[in-house]
Amino acid sequence: MTAETGAQDALVTADGKPLKAALRAAQARSKRRAFYLVAPLLVFILLTFVAPILQMLHQSIHNDGFTMHEDVISHERTPLMVNLRQWFDENPRGTAPDEAAYAAIAADLLVLREVKAGGQVGTRVNYERSRSRSMFTKAVRRAERLEPPFEAAFMDLDEDWADPELWAAMRSSASAYTMNFYLAAIDKVRAPDGSITNVDEDRALYKKLFGRTLVLSLLITFLTFVLAYPIAHLLATLPLRYSNLLMIFVLLPFWTSLLVRTTSWMVLLQSQGVLNDALVGSGILADENRVQLMYNQAGTVIAMTHILLPFMVLPLYSVMRPINPSYVRAARSLGATSWTAFRRIYFPQTVPGIGAGALLVFILAVGYYITPALVGGADGTLISNLIAYHMTGSLNWSLAAALAGMLLIGILILYWLYDLLVGIDNLKLG
Amino acid sequence: MALPKHADTLERVWHYTYLVICGLIFLFLIAPILIVIPLSFNAEPYFTFTEKMLAFDPTGYSTRWYDLLLTFGMDSPEGARDGSWWRDAWANSAWINAAKNSVIIGFFSTLLATALGTLAALGLSRPEMPFRRAIMAVLISPMIVPIIITATGLFFFYSKTGLANSYGGIILAHATLGIPFVIITVTATLVGFDHSLTRAAASLGATPSKTFFSITLPLILPGVISGALFAFVTSFDEVVVVLFVAAHDQQTIPRQMWNGIREQISPAILSVATLLVIFSVTLLTVVELLRRRSEKQRGLSPS
Repeated sequence: MTAETGAQDALVTADGKPLKAALRAAQARSKRRAFYLVAPLLVFILLTFVAPILQMLHQSIHNDGFTMHEDVISHERTPLMVNLRQWFDENPRGTAPDEAAYAAIAADLLVLREVKAGGQVGTRVNYERSRSRSMFTKAVRRAERLEPPFEAAFMDLDEDWADPELWAAMRSSASAYTMNFYLAAIDKVRAPDGSITNVDEDRALYKKLFGRTLVLSLLITFLTFVLAYPIAHLLATLPLRYSNLLMIFVLLPFWTSLLVRTTSWMVLLQSQGVLNDALVGSGILADENRVQLMYNQAGTVIAMTHILLPFMVLPLYSVMRPINPSYVRAARSLGATSWTAFRRIYFPQTVPGIGAGALLVFILAVGYYITPALVGGADGTLISNLIAYHMTGSLNWSLAAALAGMLLIGILILYWLYDLLVGIDNLKLG
Repeated sequence: MALPKHADTLERVWHYTYLVICGLIFLFLIAPILIVIPLSFNAEPYFTFTEKMLAFDPTGYSTRWYDLLLTFGMDSPEGARDGSWWRDAWANSAWINAAKNSVIIGFFSTLLATALGTLAALGLSRPEMPFRRAIMAVLISPMIVPIIITATGLFFFYSKTGLANSYGGIILAHATLGIPFVIITVTATLVGFDHSLTRAAASLGATPSKTFFSITLPLILPGVISGALFAFVTSFDEVVVVLFVAAHDQQTIPRQMWNGIREQISPAILSVATLLVIFSVTLLTVVELLRRRSEKQRGLSPS
């Protein structure tokens, strides 16, 4: 044994290097070469995709609206609410505000007035407690007229300045890094004593929406499976020259603009649209009770099932095509009925395709935005639509980022599962 | 799928029911796409077939919505259709300007995505590639991560880096979204690639770049072109990132459609949709022809 190893070590290349070392060097070189080919794209994706998402995640736990002001033009940075933050540091959570605290705010309000940051600070506190923004803008307007004793002066402005919830909200806002946006994204809020409680029943929104997104996505996945299985089977068993023709029916929607497909569904589903007209025209439906198929969950489910169907058909087809028909024939010749042969022999062989298709459709459905936004109305919208609303409507960017962060984590887990079970290499496009 | 001769009545009934069900599902797939084509020629501003249309009365049909696409946004849409009218349309028509933007953005993002994606696919398909699986997962992720998350991230990132409201920003973002498609199609083409060809070229003294351009590229070209078409379509159809990071005057076709659908949906949208359907039929034909060519080239005859 030792003699053999010794003999191998003795092997050298023409220029005298040990063969093992030379081979290792050559392998390392070819590894590096392969990596250099991928490196430009990897850097590109890290810069244009991974970095923005990391920044979004940072935004979800970091909001310095209460603590820092940056001038739009000069980019000069001014720390805000310095005195109040110092008071917070000196007094533990739950301390009732005293005269020193009100004096600190009064001093800070003068700075806010100077750099015109009252709205910014008020907005930040407003995320934690509603109706706070107007209190701040009003107080900043009258900052110069505030005289000691400050507590009484603030009570004159607005009784709410003594509200413990406001002080808890200001204390939460005082640290730029916070988990409160994630708490808000699961309908929780920090009580004045620092404990975490549920928000009022009528304002709880996000958990319900996550739940709806999950349920509708599962329903859509199931519907695509029910519709895709028969046609994938037909495509896989027909001779190739027919199935290639029929495949166009699957691939054309795949290549057609998403907006075009959504528009088509709007045209079909409107209460004055083609489908309702056809139902009324054929006498199935009376003119006065046309079905509302759009701007509700039905619209979202119908349109998304159509749009995601090709993603189910293609993996099923690629699993069904190579299945040898003689297995089913053998089962039949051994006495199985056609149903038993299908259930015991054919179906189990298609399970990998079902898994691949279902996982892909589910991943895509959970994050869908455009179609629910256009045909979903109020109760057919998904979590993505709420992220868009907070980005462009309410402008609570940190909450949008927190919701997006939670959605992202869910998607990444599913993606990891997909890679584990199916392998990304097996992703096929037509 | 032919019915065996020994099938009993129940099996026969089931077989034909099955075919009917399949037919209905195919109808469900294709009808919504084709329905917009006749409706876009509606003479009335409705989204349904008028009685005249159903009776094939020529007065029920018109090309007024296609005309509106040209004239919308023009300075003097009423004038005689001479050279200056067409110049006016080319310069001012809202849809033509949107199309110009879409083509410019699509072209450059496709170029970027195809070049980087092909190069990376070559590396990824080498057996000695380190961390292959993890890197592949990162590179494909723009296709999996919901577009709203990508757009949100880009919004924050671009407002910090000054790429917001610029063509450069949109092109980079669209290239990122198109890259997964290029990687998937090119690696699929490389699966059947005979590496002894490049080794033969190298042993005959060709440099790596010479080998790539005269041996590898011609063989994988069908895959590269279909990947490029996928990337172009992705950019040409993308609206969410544009809504989040583009300036107000940077209109693209999908953005114009999006606004049209949200504000006042008119049959003009259907005429755009019809043109886009024709566009996608053309692309699908090209990709299908390329796929067959590639299969023939690699000796994978259709089984």
